[in-house]
Amino acid sequence: MAAPLLQVRDLHVEFPTRRGTLVAVDGVSLHIDPGEILGVVGESGAGKSMTGAAIIGLLEAPGRIAGGEIILDGRRIDDLPYEEKRRLRGKMIGAIFQDPLTSLNPLYTVERQLVETIRTHLDVTPAEARERALSLLKEVGIPAAEERIGHYPHQFSGGMRQRVVIALALCANPRLIIADEPTTALDVSIQAQIMALLKRLCREHRTAVMLVTHDMGVIAETADRVAVMYAGRLVEVGPVRDVVKRPLHPYTAGLMNSIPVLGRKVEYLSQIDGAMPRLHQIPEGCAYHPRCPQAMDLCRARRPEMMVKGPSSVACWLHQEEAAVV
Amino acid sequence: MAVLSRVAERWHLIVDSDVFYSFRRSPVTVGAAIITAVYFIAALAAPLVAPHDPYDLASLKLLDAFTPPVWLPDGTPNYLLGTDDQGRGILSAIIYGSRLSLWVGFVSVLFSGVLGVGLGLIAGYAGGTIDAIIMRVAEVQLTFPAILIALLIDGVLRGILPVYMLEELAMYVVIVSIGVSGWPQYARTVRASTIVENSKEYVQAAHLTGIRPSMIMLRHVLPNVMGPVLVIATIHLAIAIINEATLSFLGVGIPVTEPSLGTLIRIGNDFLFSGEWWITVFPGAALALLVLAVNLLGDWMRDAFNPKLR
Amino acid sequence: MSEPLLRANRLAHYFDVSPPWLNRVLEGKPRISLKAVDDVSFTIDKGRTFALVGESGCGKSTVARLVVRLYRPTRGTIEFEGRDIASLKARRDLLPYRRRVQMIFQDPYASLNPRWRVADIIAEPIRAFGLLGAGRTVADTVAELLTQVGLSPDDGARYPHEFSGGQRQRISIARALASKPDFLVCDEPTSALDVSVQAQILNLMKDLQRALGLTYLFISHDLAVVHHMADQVGVMYLGRLCEVASAEAIFTRARHPYTRLLLDTLPDLTMSGKERVPVAGEVPSPINPPPGCGFHPRCPFANARCRGERPELMQVDDATVACHGVEEGRLPQGISFPALADVQGAAG
Repeated sequence: MAAPLLQVRDLHVEFPTRRGTLVAVDGVSLHIDPGEILGVVGESGAGKSMTGAAIIGLLEAPGRIAGGEIILDGRRIDDLPYEEKRRLRGKMIGAIFQDPLTSLNPLYTVERQLVETIRTHLDVTPAEARERALSLLKEVGIPAAEERIGHYPHQFSGGMRQRVVIALALCANPRLIIADEPTTALDVSIQAQIMALLKRLCREHRTAVMLVTHDMGVIAETADRVAVMYAGRLVEVGPVRDVVKRPLHPYTAGLMNSIPVLGRKVEYLSQIDGAMPRLHQIPEGCAYHPRCPQAMDLCRARRPEMMVKGPSSVACWLHQEEAAVV
Repeated sequence: MAVLSRVAERWHLIVDSDVFYSFRRSPVTVGAAIITAVYFIAALAAPLVAPHDPYDLASLKLLDAFTPPVWLPDGTPNYLLGTDDQGRGILSAIIYGSRLSLWVGFVSVLFSGVLGVGLGLIAGYAGGTIDAIIMRVAEVQLTFPAILIALLIDGVLRGILPVYMLEELAMYVVIVSIGVSGWPQYARTVRASTIVENSKEYVQAAHLTGIRPSMIMLRHVLPNVMGPVLVIATIHLAIAIINEATLSFLGVGIPVTEPSLGTLIRIGNDFLFSGEWWITVFPGAALALLVLAVNLLGDWMRDAFNPKLR
Repeated sequence: MSEPLLRANRLAHYFDVSPPWLNRVLEGKPRISLKAVDDVSFTIDKGRTFALVGESGCGKSTVARLVVRLYRPTRGTIEFEGRDIASLKARRDLLPYRRRVQMIFQDPYASLNPRWRVADIIAEPIRAFGLLGAGRTVADTVAELLTQVGLSPDDGARYPHEFSGGQRQRISIARALASKPDFLVCDEPTSALDVSVQAQILNLMKDLQRALGLTYLFISHDLAVVHHMADQVGVMYLGRLCEVASAEAIFTRARHPYTRLLLDTLPDLTMSGKERVPVAGEVPSPINPPPGCGFHPRCPFANARCRGERPELMQVDDATVACHGVEEGRLPQGISFPALADVQGAAG
């Protein structure tokens, strides 16, 4: 079996503040196989964007990686010096962010931005780079690419801009793309187009994707596996079918049940009372226990570790055989 | 009882806040604040602190004129920093003069602030032609140095007012001159903030309660645009004090009978080269120190309240 | 049949987005008008929820603000209990209407004044409309409202920034309820909230509707939420209504191609494995809408008539649809929404 492309082991991301250190990512371990799409889902404050930022090396100070390892293609990358990390970005790891308006430099034409990125990472002549940029634009579905390559970002609509951003992310043939809420800022009819495009291109280029989002619908349609995060911790990882239809963790179950779904007409949506704890108020033991209808004494006392259950893993005492014993 | 607990709550909010933390951590700022506080207290308690009353013409002794500071030969502990040509103790004159300078500075800033914030709110809210007119006037005025504007208004007012009232009203003339010269800065900032706040939904929600637009501006928008105003006002205080000193130095500010720091500098200037340097140097140093302290305080405020720098 | 609570008739609202006067004079540029709402008519019955759905630029938020009279319509009437409020100009004349019609906004962070305490925010309508009941204090009334929306009366002393997004929306709802309104316009009230919080807020809104007999105009881009909340649905595109029908009709028998497109883009959370076929194209800019039917550039069924002639809303069975294809009976029957069809098929 092939080795995973990306391995994250026990990642800790912290923010020192004058009131103490806030832990934004608390011991997250996951892996992505080559060409696979891993969804990382969670609500705001769960730490999913932080995880993506830590992997790609774009954590904003004073946030820092306080522990754990990030291994890309067998090489450890979290402790690399700045220059090396910079070279890694674009070449090995591409990024797609939420807002297409700010992801592209408004002062440069699309051609210039694409060519610049291509030539930074690939040893090609300017003419070759331009050819490559053109073919990429056609691949992402920009009509009249010959003409539009010379346009500025503001001359594109939101969906078109995001397609350019995808082209930019793919242009140096990275092995992994981190996509952070790539369609949240787009209209619903465009979201479907963009996600379909991303999925198709990544299959064709054999690029793995780490898809960070709060939208379970996007995950259900696009991802192969999904990791669910809560309060900076991983609560469940598994194949997307299993996690969506037969969630193991009470939080995942609560989340799936609270999504309104066509064809399931209910009077009241099933809701999870309370809210995700803020970073400085994370409870002892399992972070979810105050809201969990099945919380036991053990949950309040000890933080559960990830336990393997078939193709999935879950961090919940309910799934441990000796759960009754404290 | 409830009042006390509210006060205690407020105190804790301030002491615990990020702003106070940044204050504590900067020795320069703490120093500047202490110096400003010293000036304040001395100014407020002038009759108690100053050894003599330099404004009481009856108590002046011409024989004591031109006494040097205490550490020079011929100096006396009675007049620690010496006396001027009228027999006024320099130290006392500085204390009373600072009081006047601070007072004029404050009221001018208040005048500018009210005028500028008011016009800025109106411009930001009304938009269209009114906004255009107010902003064009502000921009034109900004192309002139403030001191020139102040001189202009000062001159005009002096021309209008009858001569026998000039000395009494001199302070108010100065205040109005400096006040009118300073409003554009406030207006532009407040107008920009008002436009931003107006588009926010809480302002729309206020409209839905049917209250008058002027009430919405005063109660909802104004508290949210005041932040930068405080920073501008502090820096403007330093400028106002300097401008008042300049006007007085030029002879069109506070008259010599109740001198401010600027007037003192002017008086002493005439005697600088005949050897009685202390009459101008000490007031000059006092002015420089005050302005420096207020400026540093303003700098810190600007950085502490800037959310991007936190 | 009783009179509907609200009737909007041929509503239109244009925004002037012309270049500045100097540019117009020097460069000879024309005045440009953005037709945000272009001839929209609908009715809402008392105690019901009417949802307006559409994507960005369709004009639904503008309609919300017209109904609540934050804007005055360029044309058309809005009849509330039979009386037209669209023509009222003076602030004083609108006061009775304002008391009875309130709004909940989309952004929980910008809809509460950060400098005011929560109790003052909620009390403002009570004071403004002079609604204090005999022998009651403002504090009591505010405490009652806070409890009604699921917060604690102590929360009144705190500031908005101390609350999460979901809690702030609750505060917004409490403020809207303070004037004891009959009608609430909800502009995407849960779009900025996490899914689990959204469920809480939607449930709360349903409870309140039941308890207080409220009528809702519910604006959203999320069809699943609309399916849960609405009795009647209107679909908007580029400032016009495409289809208006009961929720049941829209979700089982949608007729207009755009409605079908929207339903088709709903993600399939039952994991039936069916691939969505995304429709190409994007929403054109409302400043320069296509001639004829605004949807024709993206419509797989567009013909010459669609490109030239603008369709009018017509009654088709239990819905009103503005589509030449529907009128001419050209469109294929049946729907292609995997979630609904499969589930219904499985249910037998």
